[in-house]
Amino acid sequence: MQHPPPRHQGGGLIRGIPAILSVVSAFVIWELYVRVSGISPLMLPAPSRVLEQMVQNRALLWHNTLPTIQATLSGFALSVSVAFALSIVLDFMPRVRRALFPIFVVSQTLPLVAIAPLVVLWFGFDLTPKILLVALVTFFPMLVALVDGYASTDPEIEALLRSMGASRRVLFRTARLPSAMPYFFAGLRISITYAVVAAIFAEYVGARAGLGIVILNAKNSFRPDLVLAAVVISSVLTLVLFAATALLQRIVLRWRDVGEVR
Amino acid sequence: MTALAMQGVGITLGGTVVLDDITLHVAEGEFVSILGPSGAGKSTIFRLLTGALRHDRGMVTAGGRPLDQGEPGFAFMPQRDALMPWRRILDNLTLGLEVQGMARREARARVLPLLSAFGLAGFERHYPAQLSGGMRQRAALLRTLVQGRPVQLLDEPFGALDALTRTQMQAWFEDRWREARWTTLLVTHDVREAVALSDRIYVLSRRPARVIAEIPVPAPRPRLGRAPGPDAHALEAQLVDILLTQTGDQT
Ligand SMILES: Nc1ncnc2c1ncn2[C@@H]1O[C@H](COP(=O)(O)OP(=O)(O)OP(=O)(O)O)[C@@H](O)[C@H]1O
Ligand SMILES: [Mg+2]
Repeated sequence: MQHPPPRHQGGGLIRGIPAILSVVSAFVIWELYVRVSGISPLMLPAPSRVLEQMVQNRALLWHNTLPTIQATLSGFALSVSVAFALSIVLDFMPRVRRALFPIFVVSQTLPLVAIAPLVVLWFGFDLTPKILLVALVTFFPMLVALVDGYASTDPEIEALLRSMGASRRVLFRTARLPSAMPYFFAGLRISITYAVVAAIFAEYVGARAGLGIVILNAKNSFRPDLVLAAVVISSVLTLVLFAATALLQRIVLRWRDVGEVR
Repeated sequence: MTALAMQGVGITLGGTVVLDDITLHVAEGEFVSILGPSGAGKSTIFRLLTGALRHDRGMVTAGGRPLDQGEPGFAFMPQRDALMPWRRILDNLTLGLEVQGMARREARARVLPLLSAFGLAGFERHYPAQLSGGMRQRAALLRTLVQGRPVQLLDEPFGALDALTRTQMQAWFEDRWREARWTTLLVTHDVREAVALSDRIYVLSRRPARVIAEIPVPAPRPRLGRAPGPDAHALEAQLVDILLTQTGDQT
């Protein structure tokens, strides 16, 4: 009964094996198909060729990955901090919440395809429009996650705190905020996957550098191998960010990993 | 002195008269139980005393003053244990003291010496999910009592436990109570528990709740841990008879 082991200790790698196997076999089939059919690399380059191009163009790719990382992380940091600050305001002022929420819902229905060129038009080819677009795409899922999380607080815990004489502020800090953390991390993992895509799309619409620009130029010069190289990098980037949030969640929500004894 | 008094208290919730006429009092150092059928409005009385609801009719005084003037001085144990799953047991236990503004270090110093009497020694760093039901219940009790409030409001503290654990916990609690003599108002629908622990018992009707009987329990303490006398059996039978008139067509 003393200190039971955490639920998923060490199991991560072993449970990942089926996923790794299926990805590897997909690449093998792809490679074999290209070799056997003799299809032109201008139509469908083999994985080995994509890899080769990645190595050959590593300077170019690296140079263009940095701005994408920068836009993703800055935009994401912006949206998470604004969503967090706003969620607190909304939690303390339900009337403001009812007034503003429809606006946030509308902000989600705006098609990125239409909004991105406008934002680039207004803010130029620098980093600013990318940050704003990433923030726009990820803001609402984060805000909803937090607001729902506050609402999930156990009413019995709130009644207990009130009986202790807790103010609304103390109630928020000791009960509502911790109750929202699992929701917060669920929102974080969903929106981090949107974030990279939004950054690349914003670059694609207009930028000086970035993975979106690599894709645009490679497409225009009929280089599907380079397009795919950029795609590989963006996938890896998303996976790394996803893993980072999962790790952060494991640390912050340690109490959820303890074994149940009852 | 009277620690708590309710005089003709009534409340209507969503068009339903939940409490009709509640008149009761608890003297300092006294152990009083409210016994009533399920859904009678027992928890509602506590929600009213802890400020979660306001009564429409009647008068509530705590320590001689009306309820809404100043600190009522109640420590409340909700029907479910309401331990915070994200706080370790020690941090759950200090919650009330911290809300009162006590520094965490001082609050811990207050709680730590009490752990062994509550069977929680060695578990202070555990999370609630790692404790058995009985331990969680003891933790919730300690969290209530350590606040040092004049009156303890306990809503079915042993209701969620299996029969064996419940009997053990009641005997254990009687021992603790005989040492400390907390002024206590206990809500229960367990007749044996009310007879074993109380100085006086109020019986509620079914909803809309009124006090339909007030019964003193003169038997000497300790009562648990030995065979109950014939008086206790007679009293239990009497209470069951009263309660049976109150079951039936309630919704
Ligand atoms: N907001 C409300 N609106 C309408 N009816 C309510 C409301 N709150 C409580 N009630 C009713 O009041 C009655 C008493 O509820 P309460 O929780 O006080 O019962 P209880 O005696 O504690 O029951 P139990 O023994 O099951 O815990 C219930 O029948 C419930 O349906
Ligand atoms: Mg109840």
